[in-house]
Amino acid sequence: MSQIMGVINLVNEPDQLEQLTNYRCVSSVPFGGRYRLIDFVMSNMVNSGIEKVAVFAHTKYRSLMDHLGSGKEWDLDRKRGGLFILPPAVDETRELMKGDLYNFNRNRDYFERGSEQYVLVTRSHQVCQIDFRPVLEQHISTGADITMIYQEVDSDTFARARRIDVNPDGRVTMIEEYNRSLKQSKKVSMDMFLLRKELLLEIVERSLAQGYDYFVRDGIMKNLQKLKVHGYEFNGHLGIVNTIPSYYYNTMQLLQPEVWKELFLSRNPIFTKVKDEPPAKYNSEALATNSLIANGCVIEGKVQNSVLFRGVKIHKGATVINSIILQGCEIGEHAIIENAILDKDVIIRPGKVLIGDQTAQFVADKRKVI
Amino acid sequence: MRTKECVAMLLAGGEGRRLGLLTNQLAKPAVHFGGKYRIIDFTLSNCTNSGVDTVGVLTQYQPLVLNSYLGIGSPWDLDRKYGGVAVLPPYQRQKGADWYRGTANAIYQNMSFIEQYDPEYVLVISGDHIYKMDYSLMLDYHKQKNADATIAVIEVKWEEASRFGIMATDSQWQITEFAEKPKKPKSNLASMGIYIFSWKVLKEYLIKDEEDQHSSKDFGKDVIPAMLRDQKNLVAYPFQGYWKDVGTIDSLWEANMDLLENEPSLNLNDKSWRIYSQNPYQPSMYIAPGADVKRSMINEGCSVFGQVDHSVLFYGVEVAEDARITDSVIMPNVKIGKGAKIHRSIIGEGTIIDAGAEVGNTDGDITLIGGFDHIKLAEG
Repeated sequence: MSQIMGVINLVNEPDQLEQLTNYRCVSSVPFGGRYRLIDFVMSNMVNSGIEKVAVFAHTKYRSLMDHLGSGKEWDLDRKRGGLFILPPAVDETRELMKGDLYNFNRNRDYFERGSEQYVLVTRSHQVCQIDFRPVLEQHISTGADITMIYQEVDSDTFARARRIDVNPDGRVTMIEEYNRSLKQSKKVSMDMFLLRKELLLEIVERSLAQGYDYFVRDGIMKNLQKLKVHGYEFNGHLGIVNTIPSYYYNTMQLLQPEVWKELFLSRNPIFTKVKDEPPAKYNSEALATNSLIANGCVIEGKVQNSVLFRGVKIHKGATVINSIILQGCEIGEHAIIENAILDKDVIIRPGKVLIGDQTAQFVADKRKVI
Repeated sequence: MRTKECVAMLLAGGEGRRLGLLTNQLAKPAVHFGGKYRIIDFTLSNCTNSGVDTVGVLTQYQPLVLNSYLGIGSPWDLDRKYGGVAVLPPYQRQKGADWYRGTANAIYQNMSFIEQYDPEYVLVISGDHIYKMDYSLMLDYHKQKNADATIAVIEVKWEEASRFGIMATDSQWQITEFAEKPKKPKSNLASMGIYIFSWKVLKEYLIKDEEDQHSSKDFGKDVIPAMLRDQKNLVAYPFQGYWKDVGTIDSLWEANMDLLENEPSLNLNDKSWRIYSQNPYQPSMYIAPGADVKRSMINEGCSVFGQVDHSVLFYGVEVAEDARITDSVIMPNVKIGKGAKIHRSIIGEGTIIDAGAEVGNTDGDITLIGGFDHIKLAEG
């Protein structure tokens, strides 16, 4: 039995996904042709043997609840343990403004009822294949109070993420606010923390008593001297997805076969809700290259350097280049779409030309008819 | 106690001998079809979409794959507290054990399964056909005609009629004659192997048939003719639409190719009549910069670097650079090496085709390669 209980913390998750999160939270943003962002961390937890996962939902969680259901797809529909969806339990609406520690406190029962010794607190917007078992091994061998997972990156992440400093002993000495004050550091926090359950509950209690209610900012950053916080370096492919540029950049990364293979075929499956769409259909005029195509698509036109979600129709003579087309969109005959992100069920009328900028893609709202 | 108006009995014990290597290890209803399905998905989805939520699946030949595929029926929404899918293999009784000796005997041996739901009607179907049909409309018709048995029929080409059970009817679709695979067919109305019986009547005939030493215990050969002799009310239910028996390599290949028309007569994209199946967890398919895919159906988990024309690819198939596939059906997890060529073939699950190897001919017979084979480059 796993010694870890999972917490996917959606309270005040950093979100600059603009239109994509108008009607949904970050965790339920569609990603990679057939997934939602939360699928990655959920699957990573399950694939690491974690059998109990709480999702601290916060706002705009209708599509998230619909997606997660009973947790069946992740094998989390269990009599013992399994999936717990915990929306805010507030008495007054203004309490919704409070931080994650407040929500943890309100759901102390979840923590106290579990027999697991450790808690893994994560966000939902890290796209990667990670095994959490070696993290626990390192956590135990270093005797750390808290182990936080990070990655060393050479380029811009295009996302909102904290940089950290780690000394040669592996101890985390600095965690910045989202202000790039640690410009020289290449280490980016993956917002994943492993700690003993008692310590977490202690942090919850002490911080709230002092009037602080944010787990990372108040519970960890303010206590870096007192607590032994160690870093765990993750070397696999990582996409941090919480801004439009990072959404676009990390989606396009999937078009590299090595990345596609590492994320989806090398280790464990990424689970998601099943849709029962038939295989993608290519007609006689189809011309598709360097793209990811999900089931249910019907391709009669040209698709290049793009990612098509389930059930997209590309009509005759239409052209889609460098774009991300979400589920159920329809591109009319001879329309041209370039450098664009189309949210679900967008309809592009025949002959329409939509060309976004290479660095600032055109984004179309859900169900828009253009 | 609650009862079910109509219980379905799905005959899935067929060996499918004419499918050769494909049915070495599995029953015919479990054979892969259409890029992501198994043949039985069509009848099971028809049941769910028609509101028939109690389905007994009669298995006998090589049931391992089929049984684990069916599971508790959740892919078809048939995991029910009351009803749902029940796998019914032959079993041992106090007075000995018996295999299923014919289609009628298979139902006879499972009368107690049917009786526990106390149904008015029993729908008998088989897991060998590709079609979409609303059984609830057929049941309405059965009631409206006050029939004892209703048999779904479809017009087939006259030259093919002698391969089917052929019916003669009067102008009111009352069946006057039934001949199983006649040498000189009198009509071209073929039985689709879909029957609705009023359970009381069927039960009586199943018991009678079981006692008859000379009976071959078959619906088409024994039970239906016996009902006709007794002048029971037997009616034909004319069906229009796509229906295909995929019992041979040629017809299985053809039915797959039928899906590749620009407007196929069997529409799999119909959201009001989805075909459900077990979905393995596979990512979206990747189509590389140099790839060329036309007139094809490709499932998730595939990666295509070469050329695919007029073919069906199941999940997890890899097509390397410069490989060329035409007019073929490639079953799950087949790996096709660089420059390999495949024409007019069915390639079984998990087979590896080495770089440069060639399979099949551009015309003539369909080439069949079984599962988990390894095709090497021909020497010289």
